[in-house]
Amino acid sequence: MNEPAIDLSQSPADEIKTTTCYMCACRCGIRVFLKDGRVRYIEGNRDHPVNKGVLCGKGSAGIMQHYSPARLSTPLLRVGERGSGDFKEISWQEALSIAAGWLGDVRARDPKKLALFTGRDQSQSLTGWWAMQFGTPNFAAHGGFCSVNMAAAGMYTFGGSFWEFGDTDWDHTRYFMLFGVAEDHASNPIKMALGKLKKRGVKIVSINPVRTGYNAIADEWIGIRPGSDGMLAAALIHELMRTEQIDVPYLVRYTNAPWLVIQSPGSPDDGLFARDEAGNPLVLDKATGKLASALAAGLTPAMSGAVALADGRTAVPVFQLLAERFLDPAYAPEAAAAETGVSAQTIRGLAAELAHAAFKEEIVLDIPWTDWRGERHERMIGRPVGMHAMRGISAHSNGFHTARMLHILQILLGSIDCPGGFRYKTPYPKLAPPFLKPRGKPGDVEAGKPLPGPQLGFPTGPEDLLVDAAGTPQRIDKAFSWDAPLAAHGLMHTVIANAAASDPYPIDVLFMYMANMGWNSSMNVPATIAHLTAKDPATGNYKIPKVIYSDAYFSETVPYADLILPDTTYLERWDCISLLDRPISEPDGPADAIRQPVVVPDRDVRPFQDVLLDLGSRLKLPGMTNEDGTPKFPGGYPDYIVNHERRPGIGPLAGFRGKDGTAYAKGEVNPKQLDQYIANGCFHVHHLPAHMRYYKHANRDYITWAVDKGFRITPTPVIFQLYSEPMQKMRLASLGHGSNVPPQRHRERVHTYFDPLPFWYPPFEDASAADYPLFAITQRPMAMYHSWGSQNAWLRQIHAANRIYLARSRGAELGIADDDWIWISSPLGRVKAQVRLMDGVNADTIWTWNAIGKRSGTWGLADDAPEATKGFLLNHLISELLPASASGYRYANADPVTGQAAWYDLKVRIEKAAPAEQGETAPRFEPLRNPSPRLRGEGTQAHAGTQGDGR
Amino acid sequence: MHPAYSVILFTTASGAGYGLLVWLALASLFDWTPIKSASGFTGFGLALGLITAGLLSSTAHLGRPERAWRAFSQWRTSWLSREGVLAVATYVPAGLMACGWAIAEDNTGIYALSALLTIPLALATVVSTGMIYASLPTIRQWHQPLTVPVYLAFSLASGAVLLTLFLALFDGEEAGGAMLAFVMLAVAALLKWLYWRRIDEEPRDLTAADATGLGRLGTVRVLEQPHTQANYVMREMGYAVARKHALKLRQAVFLFAFAVPALLVLGVFEAAPWIGVAAASLASLSMALGLFVERWLFFAEAQHVVTLYYGAEAA
Amino acid sequence: MTALPAATGKKLGLVIDLDTCVGCQACATSCKEWNTAGYSAPLTDEDPYGSDPHGAWLNRVHAFEASDGIASQTVHFPRSCLHCETPACVTVCPTGASYKRGADGIVLVDPDTCIGCKLCSWACPYGAREYDTSHGVMKKCTLCVDRIYNDHLPEEDRIPACVRACPTGARHFGDLGDETSAVSQLVAERDGFDLLPTLGYKPVNKYLPPRKRRDARQSAPAAGVETAHATGAAVERLFAWVDRVLSR
Ligand SMILES: Nc1nc2c(c(=O)[nH]1)N[C@H]1C(S)=C(S)[C@@H](COP(=O)(O)OP(=O)(O)OC[C@H]3O[C@@H](n4cnc5c(=O)[nH]c(N)nc54)[C@H](O)[C@@H]3O)O[C@H]1N2
Ligand SMILES: Nc1nc2c(c(=O)[nH]1)N[C@H]1C(S)=C(S)[C@@H](COP(=O)(O)OP(=O)(O)OC[C@H]3O[C@@H](n4cnc5c(=O)[nH]c(N)nc54)[C@H](O)[C@@H]3O)O[C@H]1N2
Ligand code: SF4
Ligand code: SF4
Ligand code: SF4
Ligand code: SF4
Ligand code: SF4
Ligand SMILES: [Mo]
Repeated sequence: MNEPAIDLSQSPADEIKTTTCYMCACRCGIRVFLKDGRVRYIEGNRDHPVNKGVLCGKGSAGIMQHYSPARLSTPLLRVGERGSGDFKEISWQEALSIAAGWLGDVRARDPKKLALFTGRDQSQSLTGWWAMQFGTPNFAAHGGFCSVNMAAAGMYTFGGSFWEFGDTDWDHTRYFMLFGVAEDHASNPIKMALGKLKKRGVKIVSINPVRTGYNAIADEWIGIRPGSDGMLAAALIHELMRTEQIDVPYLVRYTNAPWLVIQSPGSPDDGLFARDEAGNPLVLDKATGKLASALAAGLTPAMSGAVALADGRTAVPVFQLLAERFLDPAYAPEAAAAETGVSAQTIRGLAAELAHAAFKEEIVLDIPWTDWRGERHERMIGRPVGMHAMRGISAHSNGFHTARMLHILQILLGSIDCPGGFRYKTPYPKLAPPFLKPRGKPGDVEAGKPLPGPQLGFPTGPEDLLVDAAGTPQRIDKAFSWDAPLAAHGLMHTVIANAAASDPYPIDVLFMYMANMGWNSSMNVPATIAHLTAKDPATGNYKIPKVIYSDAYFSETVPYADLILPDTTYLERWDCISLLDRPISEPDGPADAIRQPVVVPDRDVRPFQDVLLDLGSRLKLPGMTNEDGTPKFPGGYPDYIVNHERRPGIGPLAGFRGKDGTAYAKGEVNPKQLDQYIANGCFHVHHLPAHMRYYKHANRDYITWAVDKGFRITPTPVIFQLYSEPMQKMRLASLGHGSNVPPQRHRERVHTYFDPLPFWYPPFEDASAADYPLFAITQRPMAMYHSWGSQNAWLRQIHAANRIYLARSRGAELGIADDDWIWISSPLGRVKAQVRLMDGVNADTIWTWNAIGKRSGTWGLADDAPEATKGFLLNHLISELLPASASGYRYANADPVTGQAAWYDLKVRIEKAAPAEQGETAPRFEPLRNPSPRLRGEGTQAHAGTQGDGR
Repeated sequence: MHPAYSVILFTTASGAGYGLLVWLALASLFDWTPIKSASGFTGFGLALGLITAGLLSSTAHLGRPERAWRAFSQWRTSWLSREGVLAVATYVPAGLMACGWAIAEDNTGIYALSALLTIPLALATVVSTGMIYASLPTIRQWHQPLTVPVYLAFSLASGAVLLTLFLALFDGEEAGGAMLAFVMLAVAALLKWLYWRRIDEEPRDLTAADATGLGRLGTVRVLEQPHTQANYVMREMGYAVARKHALKLRQAVFLFAFAVPALLVLGVFEAAPWIGVAAASLASLSMALGLFVERWLFFAEAQHVVTLYYGAEAA
Repeated sequence: MTALPAATGKKLGLVIDLDTCVGCQACATSCKEWNTAGYSAPLTDEDPYGSDPHGAWLNRVHAFEASDGIASQTVHFPRSCLHCETPACVTVCPTGASYKRGADGIVLVDPDTCIGCKLCSWACPYGAREYDTSHGVMKKCTLCVDRIYNDHLPEEDRIPACVRACPTGARHFGDLGDETSAVSQLVAERDGFDLLPTLGYKPVNKYLPPRKRRDARQSAPAAGVETAHATGAAVERLFAWVDRVLSR
């Protein structure tokens, strides 16, 4: 046997550099292998808190993202009509002075005429701060069309949420429910976690109309009817209450369940908490029979029964209202079965299993800790029930209330921040809601002046809304107006339409970063394109006069901008994953990270953050300019990351602070900070001592530490708001109470949806959809990231086209067979696609993979790429506005509380396409011309690149 | 299986070539025709020409033709390697016999011996060609006892038709050749008919459930292919011909590869020499067409078990 | 040499857990990424930015649905070379480019002697061989032979790229010839199975079947204890119970 001799020990790299992946928002640590000056291999960093060495399908294809033929190569100035793709290449000097000119003009006249919206931004603490210094209230990232329902519901209920806010205690949990998740931002962590649960034989329950991916490996799949999860959650609460399986002591200790609610219909404080002079909420102490401050120690508060207040009016505990709400037959399993399609018996079974896990499989950790009242506890009691929910809940018009109910379910089981339950990640928990008001009221915005505070926050009453005396919205996206009072993340999805309609007012510059608004991230794409190209017949000027856009690649949006600021790829720049932003902390301790450039750009591109800081100093924005007018951060973003201080001693990075790098979170600027991060693998984790790792909402030592480190402002506990007073305040305003009341046309809507206790209502489109019987939803493909994966030579081989998936049973009923072509119609129009029949989908639901469809000509792909000829988007069918209300006014197609885009409310009708119509998807848009003359034809060179990586 | 033209050409042409070679060897041993230079050049030119053309076209199928020589090394295990070795080996006695006939105009002694050696070698080459396919457990239609006999029969039948033409041209025992061709064609037809009956009747009892081992869960259907575009395996093994299309083609095979040549070769009896030549030529052309279709079907009707992973219900 | 080794020192292979695989494709892309610059370099992509993008991949992830209707199950199914013990893909090779290593049983193609006749791919029942048109030779899973013995990698990383990347831990690598090894024991516990055993290729790689699903309806009877003593409406009963709990 003579086998060929092979070299089993070839050196795979000349050099290995650590940095952070950016193929999605999960932000895993990576090690980049460099060989002969090219990227040869990317693997997960074993030491990194997020991915602990693993890497997902996208991350492992990062090479082909970096070498994409769609990369922009130089700044561009539009010379032809918008959309024509006629640009001329200009220098950065030119580009920056043009931008500075446009922006300086706006700032001098009226800063709010700049709308800065930053999509998939991972540097929001910089971009938001920049916009604040500029003085415009019109700033937000993509949260509004993404998952603000989850985030806001969580923040208003328990000062946290899922994802970067907190996670299941994967090592201890004994039961796990996954609501409406295909992939999520915690992409690798969830996968690793599911693997752990499988190893431990923990039951995984999937609530999802579609059974793929995570949901395919669940021990039980519940193919729920879209939009009805709130009903299911309510029924589970009903069952747990009916069967007396809730954690009463937990409710007394950590929630507002015993707080007294004033019962005085018609009066301006009806439904608000009864409070003492100090403003503390009151409870009835059964020991003394007297009213006492809920914050006092050693009480046995009443949980039910009417109480007479000092002024003679009555009040009842929150718990009583909660019980009356959820024990109502309307939320009995039988009632829920009708709406959800989940049998009453299954609902009872789920409730029983939840209760069993929480109370019969209780976990006890012998770790003494002290609560905020100073009471010492010898051990930590765990209710090992884990839950995670995402856009299946979020992306519906009833998502806010649904998410509230899921959290209340967790709270009733006593499973928030306890062993085996949900666990906060620093800087969470924050107050429910955090004490942070949105700025941008009339008076906040002044020519040439910064905004007095950040644009985004958490209103606790009508007085916090960004409206004028007449109730008119002050933001271009109408966030924090009566349209969407709790729009904590803004409404990026409404900006283009509102700006084109000058509603509430015209803007001058639309400045966008990293969002493909001309395609997959907009509802009603044709209308969006029309808005971007609409001209004022009077002047002949575009209704949105100036559009600046920073993209790294030739996306569908690029040809619709006037000035293109080409960005680097994620391997070519510095970045900062900051605790001031959306952190990557773990329950056991806060963490942050950086990106370092591992390769040098071969094109005339600049990191967007550098560009923003450069513009800032050209505009002489405070914080970016020294007294003498010189730039404060001449070194660009890395300079800012190290030297910027938000508050004394607090900067973008918490690790290695202080002169010598030994301080954590708070400390002087450390000039060597970035080197120390790099030496540490480009991340930093601070490990909390064992006694601070649970009950962070009430853990005295944790709270003191968090305040000391600047993660919390006040040393107050976070008390879970089962009953939400801010909601009731809005409702009172809708009844005409107070000085800031909604205009008539909004009143009924505000009154209905600002219920202080959550409730279920059908998603808006469901009501109006008799002749559109099917729900149409999308799922994230694990191996694609929105639109930007399609330029990736490897990922696109996996998803070059998308099918519309339909239940086999429904197909049989409609005479639709596998591979048939069908028309999918909504009131907005119709889309043609090819069918794949499957069993694992709710029969009232059709679905497809998100953002696979591409517009011909874009992304460095051939005009006849399958993405364009056999791929499609459902976005063309999703209306950006709801049908006219009684008053004739059209609200955004969104949740009435938060303004979260209701993507998954879409209802459709399907019919077979004629034989002649088969073979191609519809609609097909005009092919877009590559904006950069030099870029045209780079596809073939990049092909060589593909091979090149092989050698 | 995807019918690659290079392979079809190779198996048919060289098959006919080896068949003719066998018959020429017998013709030389039993003096079916005068041993003359002209007939020698024509006969062996034709036989060795077909063989060589076939072998060359088969290298067109290779990704690295320049390395083809390496294929002679694995004769211990590989039928493809054996075929290569035997094919080359056959040239030696065949070449010698050819020289005897065409140049020395002698078919005795050493030349007779080379004729004797040529016959088993040529037949062995055809057998190993058949075995390349018959030895693949992955393709039910090929992995069966009739594959090799069919290859042999077709080689000898097509060779015999050519022999008839040859004898007609060089006033040999064309009647004998015709009888031989007729009988061989009948045998080939019979074997091919049995082959088709067998592959039609044999149950396709492997399913996606066996391929995935998920049978315990029930019927297994493809939900999502690994990639949206077809990959090498799907392009190479995924080829399938529609049943009724195949049946038409089978009839064409019977017509052109058997019936027409069989009738035509009979035309050489008692006919003027030129009619005999014309008939035999037409028979050869028809045979070539029929053979091509037969070989195309041989691939197109073969289903590879891997198709079970890509949506085939059974294999 | 295409003669199979009488016996191999080890039987290195993969064990893939179909109960845990979520079909994320990480094993497929990390495989592509490592191998396009590794032993099998390059793994060509045809028409990568055009209308028919496809290429050579050594690992592909299928998705199947099993059974019918609501009782059915979705199974993600990664498929690569199974490094069979008696594979025809090796014995049919005319050049000896295809061979099975005596030391560890890994089945390899020697890219320097392969003539690209494709016969081995015909002989593989599992579609594990991928012809690389630009290179003119056959490619296949090498079990990352250039990783698992690579001194340039830290000990813990001397495992296949796909195993290292797999986020759910559904892929396991080890010696299936040694029944004391972790992989062998896993296979024993979870009754791992062979693909198409009847063909007699004796795959070394094993697949672990999806576990039995668990239906909440079974738990329904256990649902809570209807409190006998308390009377009245559900709300009253609940309040009475809560008071009892708090007065304990
Ligand atoms: N690979 C990859 N990862 C990504 C992204 C990507 O594009 N690709 N995008 C990132 C972004 S921006 C986001 S916002 C997150 C989103 O993370 P996910 O929320 O996981 O993303 P979606 O695909 O929207 O998942 C929605 C899921 O909810 C289900 N669903 C739809 N309607 C309902 C319903 O009414 N009830 C229930 N129970 N389920 C329902 C759908 O079937 C789908 O499985 O993913 C992030 N991660
Ligand atoms: N039908 C339907 N539509 C949806 C959704 C859905 O579930 N269904 N999901 C919605 C959700 S949650 C979201 S978050 C949006 C996401 O949609 P988008 O936010 O539009 O996400 P992408 O498509 O990834 O577009 C991001 C843009 O950033 C560019 N980019 C990529 N990398 C860089 C970089 O390094 N620098 C710069 N400057 N630019 C870069 C890309 O080229 C692309 O043009 O889609 C929304 N749209
Ligand atoms: S999940 Fe994947 S794509 Fe996202 S950051 Fe992590 S490795 Fe990169
Ligand atoms: S990486 Fe793991 S989970 Fe993902 S597809 Fe491969 S085996 Fe399955
Ligand atoms: S899986 Fe295929 S290629 Fe791999 S050893 Fe078995 S037969 Fe050969
Ligand atoms: S393709 Fe290469 S490895 Fe495969 S059988 Fe032919 S020579 Fe051997
Ligand atoms: S072992 Fe290596 S070559 Fe084989 S599939 Fe895994 S990564 Fe690919
Ligand atoms: Mo999102």
